Parts: sequence; structure tokens; C-alpha cells
Amino acid sequence: MAERSFKREVEALRLGDGETFHGEGILAVTKALLQSGVSYVGGYQGAPVSHMMDVLDDARPILDELGVHYEGNASEAAAAAMLGASINYPMRGAVTWKSTVGTNVASDALSNLASAGVVGGALIVLGEDYGDGASIIQERTHAFAMKSQMWLLDPRPNLPTIVRMVEKGFELSEASSTPVMLELRIRACHVYGSFPTRDNVSPAISRKKPLHDQVFNHDRIALPPSTYLQERLKIDVRLPAAVKFIRDNGLNERFDGELADLGIVLQGGMYNTVMRSLQQLGLADAFGASRIPLYVMNVTYPLVPDELTAFCAKKRAVLVVEEGQPDYLEQAIHAVLRRADLNTKLHGKDVLPMAGEYTGEVVLRGIARFAETVGHATAAFAETGKTIETLDRITGKAREILGAAIPARPPGFCVGCPERPVFSAMKLARKDLGEFHIASDIGCHTFSTLAPFNMGNTVLGYGLSLASSTAVGPNFDKRVVSVMGDGGFWHNGLTSGLAESVFNRNDGVLIVMDNGYTSATGAQYIPSSRAGDRHARVSIEDTMRGFGVKWVRTVRTYSIAKMIETLREAMTTRETGLKVIVAAGECMLAVQRRLKPLNRDKIARGERVVQPRFGVDDEVCTGDHSCIRLSGCPSLTIKPNPDPLRDDPVAHVDNNCVGCGVCGEVAHAAVLCPSFYKADIVHNPNAWDRLVAGVRRAVIGALQGLVAKPPAVAPGE
Amino acid sequence: MADTKPICLLIGALGGEGGGVLADWITEAATAEGYPVQRTSVPGVAQRTGATTYYIEILPAKRDELGGRQPVFALFPNPGTLDLVVATEVLEAGRAMERGFVTPDRTTLIGSTHRIYAIAEKSVPSDGRYDSDRIVAAARELAKRPILFDMNAFVLEHRVSLNAVLLGMIAGCGVLPFAPEIFGDAVRAAGKAVDQNLKGFELGLEAVRQPPQPAAASAKRRTAESSPLMARAHRDLPAAVHAIAAEALPRLTHFQNRAYAERWITRIADLAAAEQAAGLSPGEVSVAAAKQLAVWMSFEDIIRVADVKTRSTRRQYVMNEIGARAGQVIQITEFLKPGIPEWADLLPPGMGRRLRGWAERRGTAANIGLHIRSDTVFGFLLLFLLARLRWWRPRTLRFAEESADIDSWLAALRAAIARDSALAREIAELPRLRKGYGDTRTRGVGKYARLMADLVTPWLAGTPPADATARLQSLRRLAMADADDKKFESLIQQMRGEDSPARVKAAAE
Repeated sequence: MAERSFKREVEALRLGDGETFHGEGILAVTKALLQSGVSYVGGYQGAPVSHMMDVLDDARPILDELGVHYEGNASEAAAAAMLGASINYPMRGAVTWKSTVGTNVASDALSNLASAGVVGGALIVLGEDYGDGASIIQERTHAFAMKSQMWLLDPRPNLPTIVRMVEKGFELSEASSTPVMLELRIRACHVYGSFPTRDNVSPAISRKKPLHDQVFNHDRIALPPSTYLQERLKIDVRLPAAVKFIRDNGLNERFDGELADLGIVLQGGMYNTVMRSLQQLGLADAFGASRIPLYVMNVTYPLVPDELTAFCAKKRAVLVVEEGQPDYLEQAIHAVLRRADLNTKLHGKDVLPMAGEYTGEVVLRGIARFAETVGHATAAFAETGKTIETLDRITGKAREILGAAIPARPPGFCVGCPERPVFSAMKLARKDLGEFHIASDIGCHTFSTLAPFNMGNTVLGYGLSLASSTAVGPNFDKRVVSVMGDGGFWHNGLTSGLAESVFNRNDGVLIVMDNGYTSATGAQYIPSSRAGDRHARVSIEDTMRGFGVKWVRTVRTYSIAKMIETLREAMTTRETGLKVIVAAGECMLAVQRRLKPLNRDKIARGERVVQPRFGVDDEVCTGDHSCIRLSGCPSLTIKPNPDPLRDDPVAHVDNNCVGCGVCGEVAHAAVLCPSFYKADIVHNPNAWDRLVAGVRRAVIGALQGLVAKPPAVAPGE
Repeated sequence: MADTKPICLLIGALGGEGGGVLADWITEAATAEGYPVQRTSVPGVAQRTGATTYYIEILPAKRDELGGRQPVFALFPNPGTLDLVVATEVLEAGRAMERGFVTPDRTTLIGSTHRIYAIAEKSVPSDGRYDSDRIVAAARELAKRPILFDMNAFVLEHRVSLNAVLLGMIAGCGVLPFAPEIFGDAVRAAGKAVDQNLKGFELGLEAVRQPPQPAAASAKRRTAESSPLMARAHRDLPAAVHAIAAEALPRLTHFQNRAYAERWITRIADLAAAEQAAGLSPGEVSVAAAKQLAVWMSFEDIIRVADVKTRSTRRQYVMNEIGARAGQVIQITEFLKPGIPEWADLLPPGMGRRLRGWAERRGTAANIGLHIRSDTVFGFLLLFLLARLRWWRPRTLRFAEESADIDSWLAALRAAIARDSALAREIAELPRLRKGYGDTRTRGVGKYARLMADLVTPWLAGTPPADATARLQSLRRLAMADADDKKFESLIQQMRGEDSPARVKAAAE
């Protein structure tokens, strides 16, 4: 089971005609896929569409009933290649991943797929990981659509529209023999809403109704001369077909308003944000009635020129609300208007920021600025100025009273995380090994680049840390350390990193975090997963040796001293070639998901359970917090100093402690201080426990009785 | 109906606090009642201990009264449009206000005043805590209706979960258009820990009507017993120091003996005399000095650590800390790693120095990691006997060194009092750098020594520069705010030279 289970929610996928679905966007998309009669689905997890993989995984019984094949792909490239099934066979297929990073990984297969064209509808559901909550470089998927001639849907973020665009997306794909991308921003993926459902459609071709004859058609092979033909088809046939389909089916929407000489052209995904801002500025009501006419592009590539010219004609000014950079749409619309010889004034990135997420406030201010520029003598804009002033006054007041900026809360390693001690060990090892270059990777371990560790010099992509060190290593007077998660290792690191380093006899150090899941994306399974059902349980160490790595050590991450020693050996040994440390420790979230209920029941049943917890003697702690700087565990925190003569807060372990032992290990390895203690609570102690404890307390009590009382203290609380 | 506006609700929480469940309950309740509702969130990496938000919009008109019209809900909270902001921790309330989400015309703010410290606050070597009183002040100013109290203490007291209590408060605060019971049904429908959550829900309903008053008691321990020496303290020390004496005297008597505590009185009395001679108001310097001296004189050697860990009050302390209940058996393992420096500290000065020197030459501290089970007779006895070495302490190297440093510090203080009381007050604070154990302590004491040797001593030998206090203070503050020794080194280099006050100021920032 992944971090989040959808076992209950997936039942909604069985809803039929005339029923109403209530749930999250991701689940709605899945339902729409089944309503569209897909033959196969797959993808690779990554926020904000990780849950879609969890949903598909949990929905396997339902998929099996319909004969739909589900593949947990090894990478986005594999997922994109899987869409090859729709090149020759009239099968609908859909895959999902995080964009743009996933699209980067997939683009080799995508280019070939787009060139060959499809007969069965091929849909790619993209989680556009942009803005607040994103975990990746800030780019747009739009460029991929343009360069490969794939169509890009950007639906209004409400479930009925999203569902309709999924269904229409397949038709569009088939009508224009082109793969279609559907882009959902973070908040749209997690939006909870409702839509009227239809019966699921059992696919015409499926595991239940398999194909018999293979189809050979050289026109669909990505090799000359076909590739020249395919490029012409893209422009001469597929593009016009797509534009016609989009127009005929009204995929883009037009909403009229009384201020007919103005207009707003916007990406579908921006619709709700724009509407709210118009509403706040007194230019719209709560039900989508806007005083300014809108042209909503649920399809952002390709454009439909005559729709645009028809909308802009007879308008003195139009605002383009296009999130992200560069301003592909604004430029394209300029060109469309120029060709149509329309001189409607076009605003966009002049009143809205070129870069960054278009949050409610950003759009609000942008539209207000648009109103200022075009609105002179427009009574409708009377309120806009006031609204912005009030807003500035209030935020100004807040900042004034607060005085200092609210401290940020960067993400970090969870309580008891097995990866934290690896970086504690590295930080300590650097004391005598000296500072060395660390090539970081994608995964929870990337948090090492944040406080309190601030370690890791580069991040080049998923599974690419080792590859990214290959030119640094030879040009450094000491070895370079690459850190990689098991997720990245199976995704890409195995070939681009391990195979390459062995092949080139690189003399580096690789640390692989073997925590058993792709933890950062919500603990999905991987080939080396040991938990759960149906898993290959491939050993990473064996894989290393299979590739010819001689120096491999598997170390339990929580044994910090051992880790430091192993790291020192790896950095200093005469042995050449890749040195691999497999840092073994299961994701603590997964462990706790398993153990917590188990222990709860045991305790309830009256069975003996020993639960470890760590603590700090606040009279011994002097409040220098070096333990925190070496750990950053959320449960290792501070509390006001109970000592009336001391001011600095003391270290304190809160109730979230899972007793992983890292505090103690760090205190030992770093020779920090004697403040830490481990306290095991024995639940339901047996007679022997009680007897021994009783005797001990008696003796100890007697000894304590012999000596002068310590100053009696009254705790403040 | 055209002027119907959605009710906007923002929940600011920390990853793994159950904010998602809370948002679920609210959406379920609204759906069950037939109100159009939308919810969204930005989990992503924020789930991993970061700050995260959940955003809900509810149209205060039932779906079937809308004649098929669909409301357009926003996915972002717009500043100035929020009716209800919920913060599970006080910083998150501050964050919401910082972004303009709390406005006097419409926002009810439900926030807990307890603290979950951000990494930037807790990794500072001294005290990096954000002043949350400012946030409370801002809330009183900016919220239409602020409902603030320590909900963490509240849920711990009643053994319920925070999100259930918050649900009760949301239900009770009257912002949402439906009866409180509806939320209770949502909890039942969710079917997880129902009884527990309903209990929390009810408590929340109550709490919003009658917010619990914060317990005024400070977290400080107060020494309950008075020392027979207080009489002398009253006679010899300025009144301003008496409160500190009440703490210091029992502490030092227990640390060593009565005579040792009396030495504290004498030392402070000397400073007081110097103050008087210099015409300063009594306590102007000696109050700060008295506090630091008491802490310093009860320095953390092995004997003291062993004593703390074997006191009769220790077991109960641990029970409270880990939330163990009476009747449960607990086993305590101490993590100790004394090395040659610590053992050398216990030897007579000559021997100790020789041992330490030998260890330094061999470049080893030979630390031995000990896991001592202080709940077992043997483990306890080991620590107990160490703690009994009190009588021997005055003969140890550590004692000799600390006493010597204390005396030169006091001398510097007296000299400074006579010439520049501001500088004296700053010198009085310097011992705060001497904290920690092992390497941390070595570096702290090192920085202290550098300040005394490179700045204070030469200054007092000649004439202190006009900006002496500013220089010393900026260095102490840096040492206390940042563990990075390089920064300290580069700043002290500047401070030694004849810098212009401007450059000093720049360097200090």
C-alpha cells in the first residue's frame, strides 16, 4: 500500500449513467478515462499526479473487470513508449507523469510517437508542477507541444470541464492522428468537486478481446523516407484536422459581456482565478457572468485563428492572461491579429508578470492594472483602484506590526527518517576528511541541500547524480560523493550512472539510499521494494556486483559511527573504481504505517510492548543546539529554559519521537553532550518486569536516601 | 441571488497534522447539506514537514435553489476575500496575515498560540525564536474576530486530536451557514476514531463559545527552599540581586558546599562595591554579572552531570517528559561519551595537564561511548559514585581553570566598571559563550578567550575605543547567532584594528 490508499475512493469509478461523482480531480480524470474506453493506462509517479498512479494501482480490480491493462512504468520514457500501442492499433491509451521534468525524460519517445502519428487515441495527463508547492525547475510544457506538433489541452479547472476535455481529447487525438496532452496545475489535480457520470466503456481491444493480426505500415516508422512524409502530414493534414475539430466541437469557450470593446483571452486553467479577481473588482458575479467578454482557451495549442480574430475584432483592447514564460500565446496571438490586419491593442505581460505563478493576488493586480491602462472614463472600473489600495494598506499594516518576516518552513526529513543520519554522518566525516563535492539527486534526500545540513552542490535530474559527477571527479584532488535514491537508481541511475562509471572506470563514491520506495512521491513500490505484494525484491547490492562493482558496502543508516567509518574508507582507500555504499533503512513513514496499528492492538490486548523514546535532561543541556544543527529532526526541538538563571532555550524531544535513536547516535558520534537519554516504556509489563523494576527502585531509592536532598524545585508549569 | 458570494475558508497547517482530514470533514458536511463546495490543497513536498494550506469555498445557497446555475469557485485564496482563516500554529496565523488573508471587514481568525519552531529558529546556537506576541498583536488588530489560545495544551489536556477540536470551533464560530450537528455527522460518516473525534468536536464547540484562558505561570522552575545564606546576601548585596541570590545560593550549596556559595556572595559584593565607588546605581552591572557567575560557578563537569542523572527527582522528570503513566515500567539508557579531556578535568592540575597534553600530541581524545542503564543498580551506582566526588572537585584541573578564568573576568569587570559601565555590562554577558560540552565547549571557550585576550584586556590596559561596547557586543551576538567560526574569525580581525564605528556597524550586520 502506498502512503495514501484510495481503496474507498476508487469505488466511485463504478458510478454509471445519471449518477453524481464527488471527489478529487485526479480521480475524476481516471473515471473519465474509463468512460472513454481506454485499453491501457500507465505512467510514473510524481507530484501533483502521484495520486493518479496510486488510484490506478488501487483500482486494478475495476480495471481487470473492464479488461484495461495497467502498467506501473519504470520511467516517463517507458510510459511514453507504451503509447506506441496506439500507432498501429485503434486502441485508446493514457499515461500520466509530472511535467516538465517527466516530459523531458519522455521526449525521445514522444517525438517519435508524434511523428509516426496514432490511429487509437493517445492521451498524456500532465501534472504541471508550477508555482507554490512545486518541487522542480519552473518551465512550461507548452514548448513540447509546439516542437513535436502535439496538442495541448488546458481545461477550466472544474470537474465537468476536465472530464469533458479528457473525453474530447481522445476524439481529437483520433480525428487528427496526433497524441494529445492534457495539462492540470497543482491545485486542479487536488480540487474536490462533482460531475454527472456515465457508464464505463469496455474497450473494443483489450486483454479480454485481444488482437490477432499485427499491422505493418512503413509510413509509421520513424525512419527516412517516412519521417519526411510524417513532417508534411503534421502540417498539411493533422494540424488542419485538429483546428477543425476544436472549432466544430467548441472546445474553446466564449463568454460575452456588456463591455464589448474590451476582452480577456485566457488559458482554461486560469479561468477560475480570473473570474474571482473580476468578481472582487466588481466586474463579475459568483456564477461566471462577466462584464468583460472572455475567450477561454481550453486548447492552448494549436490556436484557432478565426476564433481569435472574431473575438478581438471591434475591441479596443484585449488582455491575454497566460501563465509562465516565454509568452508563447501572446506572441502567437499578436501574429494572428497582424495577419488578419486587426489593430486591437493587446495587453498581457506588460500588466502581468512575465515569470512566476499567477496566484489570485497576481491576477487581481494584473487586471486592475489593465483596467487602469484602458479604463479611463469607464465607470465600471470605479472600484478597482480602491480594492487595491485597501489591500496594500492591510498587508502594510500586517508587516508593520509583525516587524520581522515570518520564518519559512522548508520541507525536511520526517521524524525518524533513515536518510537524515546519512547526512549527519557526512557532516561529521567532513571534519577530518575536509569539505568534498557532493552531487545530489532527486528524492527526499534532496532536502539535504536545505537547513540544517546545507549539503549538496548540484542537482541535475532524477537518477543523474552519479552522471553529474563524472567531470567533477577527475578534476578534484579528493573523491566526489554522489547521492542517489533507490527510486532514481531504478529510474535512470542504473544505466546513465552505474553502467557509465563502471565502463569508464570512474573513481568516485556513490551512496544509494535503499529505503524501499519512491518515498518523496508517496511511497510507491520499486523493483527493490521488500514490503507489499507482487514485488521483485531485487537486491541493489547484487545489482551493483552484477555490473562489476568490486567495492560495495551495505550499512544500516542509523549506525552513524559505522557510516562515518565506511565513508572515510570509501574516500581514502587505494582501491580504484566506483565505491558504492548502500545506505539501508526503510522509509520511516512506511514503517510507522505498519507498526503503529500493530502496537496499538497489542497494547489493547494487554500484550507486552516496549516503546523507545528519546529525551533531554534540561538541567544538563546548555542550549547550544549543536544537536539540532546535526539532525533537524522535527521532533528534536527547543523549549523555554526552565532554569531561572539561563535565557537560551534548551533542546527538547517532543511526543512525535519514534525512537529511531539518531539523537543518541549523533550525540555519541559527534561527542556532543551527555544530555540525551533513551527511555523505553514497557507497556503491560509482566510479573518479571515488575519484580526487577521494583527491586531496582528500592535499592536506588535507598541509595538516594543516603545523600543530601537536591534543592527542591517547583516546576513552573 | 446575483450578489451571493462564496464563503472562503483557508486552513494553514503543517504537513502531517491532519489538515487534510479536517478539510474532508468540512467538504463532506457541505455536500451532505446540498451546498455547492470546492476544496483544494497544495501538498507536494510540503507534506514532508513543511507548511501547507487547504482552501475551501462554499456557496451559502443550496444547489437546488440555484436553478441549475453553477458557481465559479476559485482555487486560490484572494487577499481580502477570506471569511475564515484557521491556523494550527501561531506562525501560520502570522503567515496568513503577512499575505493579506486576514482583513478587519470579514475575517474570523481561529489560531493556536502554541509554537512548533521552524528549523531557522531552533538551529541558532543561542535564542532564535520568533516573537509570537507580535503575531497575536497583529491578529487583534487585523481580524474581525480573533479566537486565539494554546490549542496544543488544550488537546493534550483532553487527549483529543487538534483537527477535531478545530472542526468544533469552525462549526461553532458561526461563519458557515449550517447547524453544528451537520459536522458531527461528517465525522461519523468518515468512520475513523469516531468517538474520540466527536469528543474533540464537542470540546471545540465549547471552546469557541468560551475560549480557555492561558495559564499565566511561566515555564521557569522556582527554587522552593530558601538558603540560610540569604541573610548574608540581604546584608552584603544590592536589593536588585536578591532574587538571583535566592536561586544561586541553594544551587551553589548543592553544587559544592556552603563556603562555595558564600564565595559567590563575596565576589558579587566586590562588584557592588566597585559600582558604588564608580557612582553607578547599585546592580547596574552586578545584576547581569550575578546571574552569569551563578551559572558559571555551577559548571557542567562529569560530577554535576552524574548528580543530575541520579537525583531522586530524575525518574519522575523522565516519566513526565516521555508521557509515561504511573504503573508503566520504564528503562533509561544514558548516552555518555567521556574522553581523555573530561577525565583529565577530574585530575589534579599537574597530572591533568600532562594527560591532556599527551592526548593532544597523540591526536586522540579516546572517547568511549557508554550506554549506561541508569535504572539498573549497577548503572545507577556507577553514576551515583561519580556524583559523590563532589568533595574532590576543588582539587581538580577543571575547577582550577574555571576559578582562574572567573577571577580574571571579575578583575576585568571591576576595571571596566571604573571606566565605562556600558562596556562592563557587555563584559558581564560574555560568559554566555562558554556553553556546551566536548568540541562545542572548546570552541565556545575559545571564542570567549579570544575576546578577553585580544580585545578586553588590551582595551582596559590602555583606553578603550569609543565604540568598544558596540564592537564587543557585535562579536558576542555573532558568536551566539552563528556557529560558523570563520565568520567570527574575520569579524574579530576587523574589530581589533582601528575601525571606524561605521565599519564596525556594517560588520556587525
